[in-house]
Amino acid sequence: MTKRVPVLEKILSANENLAEEIRSRLDEAGVYSLNFMASPGAGKTSLIEQTVKHLAGRLRVAVIDGDIATSIDADRAAAAGALAVQINTGGECHLDAAMVSAALPQLDLTQVDLLIVENVGNLVCPASFVLGTHASVLIASTPEGDDKPYKYPGMYRGVDALVINKIDLLPYLTFNMEEFRRGVEILNPGLVTFPLSCRTGEGLDRWLGWLTDSMQSFAASKRGK
Amino acid sequence: MLRMDNSSMHELPVTQSILEISLRHARQAGAQKISDLYLVIGQLASIVDDSVQFYWDIVSKDTPAEGAQLHFRRIPAAFQCRDCGTSFQLSGRDFACPACSSSSVQITAGEEFYVEAIDVESQA
Repeated sequence: MTKRVPVLEKILSANENLAEEIRSRLDEAGVYSLNFMASPGAGKTSLIEQTVKHLAGRLRVAVIDGDIATSIDADRAAAAGALAVQINTGGECHLDAAMVSAALPQLDLTQVDLLIVENVGNLVCPASFVLGTHASVLIASTPEGDDKPYKYPGMYRGVDALVINKIDLLPYLTFNMEEFRRGVEILNPGLVTFPLSCRTGEGLDRWLGWLTDSMQSFAASKRGK
Repeated sequence: MLRMDNSSMHELPVTQSILEISLRHARQAGAQKISDLYLVIGQLASIVDDSVQFYWDIVSKDTPAEGAQLHFRRIPAAFQCRDCGTSFQLSGRDFACPACSSSSVQITAGEEFYVEAIDVESQA
């Protein structure tokens, strides 16, 4: 006898449930957390280096670094002054909640104010796997071209902040900022964006201001409870 | 070097998740075997049907879902203009409203990704 059983269950619900557990652990420890996503070479690690250096002495930063096989990024984050944990995904194209959950015990969260999870460089898969972080940040870069929001709508749609790195290269590129921003606005209306250059430092102050404001609001919401 | 010993795409964990969900619902229904799965996947969900099918044959082996037929229902991305209310589907690169050219549009469909139903066989 055959019968139809309605299921109506989201396929990524197991990942989403585990991400909620991670969020609770971070909330309890009072650690604000970001998921950095970008294509390879956009400047995730450079932005981490700049952020860690500028916050040094004020805030303690930890980095969980997702990489297919090397520890190059984690080494750079550690050299900049962050506590760094490396996850080698062994070929996987994205981090998922299980990997982050397994990496967390390697950090003493009582010694951390800000946790940055550096995802695998990829504009497709990481968008589907939430990690339990408080905010997702997409780092775009001008050499990638102004068509990226149109080509990777899932990624642009799911993030809370957008960094546009390498604006120092704009004079040498055909990148049309208006065309780029139009695509972003359709996919993610009102998205907060930070055009900057990790190389020259231009625009970094606005990014750091947003980050410290977000952390203060987070800390205030913890005290309110 | 290209590593072939591990998955290089996220369809493997996704397919394992589909299997886990289906087996759990089949168990709850007291079924011995799953014959068909109905999946709903939005165009914006970044999932390749053929890859899911490929991994399905591997991960479902020796389970009550082995040999089950996968049915994919694709939901095209759909947009609605916030200014004039026109509903439209994606055509090429431009997301702008075809009626009034406004770029203030919202996505109304295309992000779905779930198991809709399974067909199960029980001995009773």
